Amino acid sequence: MLKSSQFNTFRTALSIAIALILSFLVIFLVSDQPVEAIMRMITGPLSSKRLFANVIELMIPLIFTGVSVSIMFSANQINLGAEGSFHLGGLVAAVVGLMVPMSQGVHPIAAILLGGLTGAVFAAIPAILKIFTTASELVSSLMLNYIALFLGNYILSYYLRDTTAGALTSHLLPESVKLQSIVSGTNIHIGLFIALLTAVFGYLFLFKSKLGYMLRISGENEKFAKYSGMNIVTVILISQLLGGFIAGVGGSVQLLGMYRRFSWAALLGYGWDAIIVTTLSKKNPLFVPLAAFFLAYIRIGADIMSRSTDVSPEIVAITQGIIIILIVAEQFLSGYKHKLVAREARLQMETEGAE
Amino acid sequence: MSITEILLSPDFLFVVLRVTTPILFATLAVTIAARSGVFNIAIEGIMLIAALVGVIFSAKLQNPWLGLLAALIAGGAIGLLLGVLVLRLKTDAILAGVAINLMASGGTIFLLYLVSGDRGVSSSLKSLSLPNIAIPVIEQIPFLGTVLSRHNILTYLVFIMVVIVHFMLYKTPLGLKIRSVGENPHAAESVGINVHKIQYIALAMSGVLAAFGGAFLSMGYLSWFTNGMTAGRGYIGLAANAMGGSTPIGGLIVSLIFGIADAMANVFQTGASLPYELVQMIPYITTIAGLAVYSLNRKKRQERIINK
Repeated sequence: MLKSSQFNTFRTALSIAIALILSFLVIFLVSDQPVEAIMRMITGPLSSKRLFANVIELMIPLIFTGVSVSIMFSANQINLGAEGSFHLGGLVAAVVGLMVPMSQGVHPIAAILLGGLTGAVFAAIPAILKIFTTASELVSSLMLNYIALFLGNYILSYYLRDTTAGALTSHLLPESVKLQSIVSGTNIHIGLFIALLTAVFGYLFLFKSKLGYMLRISGENEKFAKYSGMNIVTVILISQLLGGFIAGVGGSVQLLGMYRRFSWAALLGYGWDAIIVTTLSKKNPLFVPLAAFFLAYIRIGADIMSRSTDVSPEIVAITQGIIIILIVAEQFLSGYKHKLVAREARLQMETEGAE
Repeated sequence: MSITEILLSPDFLFVVLRVTTPILFATLAVTIAARSGVFNIAIEGIMLIAALVGVIFSAKLQNPWLGLLAALIAGGAIGLLLGVLVLRLKTDAILAGVAINLMASGGTIFLLYLVSGDRGVSSSLKSLSLPNIAIPVIEQIPFLGTVLSRHNILTYLVFIMVVIVHFMLYKTPLGLKIRSVGENPHAAESVGINVHKIQYIALAMSGVLAAFGGAFLSMGYLSWFTNGMTAGRGYIGLAANAMGGSTPIGGLIVSLIFGIADAMANVFQTGASLPYELVQMIPYITTIAGLAVYSLNRKKRQERIINK
């Protein structure tokens, strides 16, 4: 039998399994070739180097927003602005890339840092509003995401637009600013290392630094933190600035690594995806790459499935929703956990009694 | 025409009432749930699903009323589902709402493709719209007739709904129970109220109201479904409810303000005096500014009470 300390891992694994099984049931209901569809979804990403590379490419932005949201949520700030920070990060990287000529080595660094700073400022707005006016950071961050989108559309249409191109898109980004591919024949770029370093940094910050400790404490129990003499306002502000910075860097890296032009006319949704990554990783940035890999894998799998069968890839949205619900639902398996804890207590009492 | 002339024209006021409709339905939906003590962020997703369900059923059954009915049933059912998640499984209400919204935005694309083979727009479905209604006498009155007549039936309904929800909350035993459960569930329980049952009822009503708003978008405002057509109106409802102090009348006033902002975006869009992209921001900026001002006032009021 399980130990109660392993319970959470077991519960997460079971949640994923149930969500996948339910999604497969839906596929069976709607598809004429369900077995083939499911096989394509599960094994598709492994069928070629290029397809597996797609998984790694998709994992990169998810790591950034996942770490970002883990930090912001740890301070108990339900700031959903990672979406907007990511978008603005990409936008600013494009502006720097197209409008500020620089030499090869410095150009991407400047673009990414400025993208990160923009993301930080953006994500701090809901926190500042909350601190000074008590306005709900959830609602204001949701509104701000739309503002970020339309601001991006405005700058794209009026300042970056390549009028010779048919669709609404920017001029070609110069080579000097782009992130180089590290695996030949794929788009896996150097941003992968930046993402993994960010995850390690996020872990060290949240779990090994004094500031991170204060942040988690004030997130778990604001009153306790306040009476212990912590400066809650500073802690909250720093957490949101840092979270926004990481999401902004993610947007910049995504643009410079994966795109030839800036053409984001809609929000890309990585900020929302981050919520499932954060839920799976239990707000621990060290587990974020793993969760991001899983999500990227089923996404790419579903994409491959939709190309050769009659099932559309949005089936993954259903899988995701069920996973979030099962993991967050406190009552799910709570009876079983209770049994495990009670059994361990009994065993311990028996062994102590025997001594 | 100058801006003031446009803003005071009957056509503009007509548009205000029209674009206020979905926001006001969303606001009332948030209000009922909030009064029972549940933060219902799933309104956005419920509206989106209801918009699609209405289109599909009105097309398949060739009857807009049955389409509306199906949308309302779907909305109520998702409201109850949220109840099961939050009340029974003890899921965090915000994350449960986010999960429902994620499933709605992907799930509607999935369902639309399944039913029509289309991605994005339901153009191949021959769906029907709910009727616009000309009000006999009022229609003849010059200015007023243009503003008030020939609206979609759901636009009239939403203003009636404000009265109904107000009456329900403040003048009926059910409303009293909802308010007491929301304010202090333990006290409510101690006088024999079944707290969860009341919250389930409130969430079902909340889902039905949100579904009206969604059905209006795809069967009145437009006559088809497009991906993400709610465009944050459910979230604006959250803000409007907060600013309206969780009351139907307050929600009505704030929704009208947002409706004016939304209608102004429409006017400037055609007037081309401002870039379209900036005009699109107006309703969202208004919402944030309004929320900040309201929250600051409330904070000051509370501080004054404490300092007395």
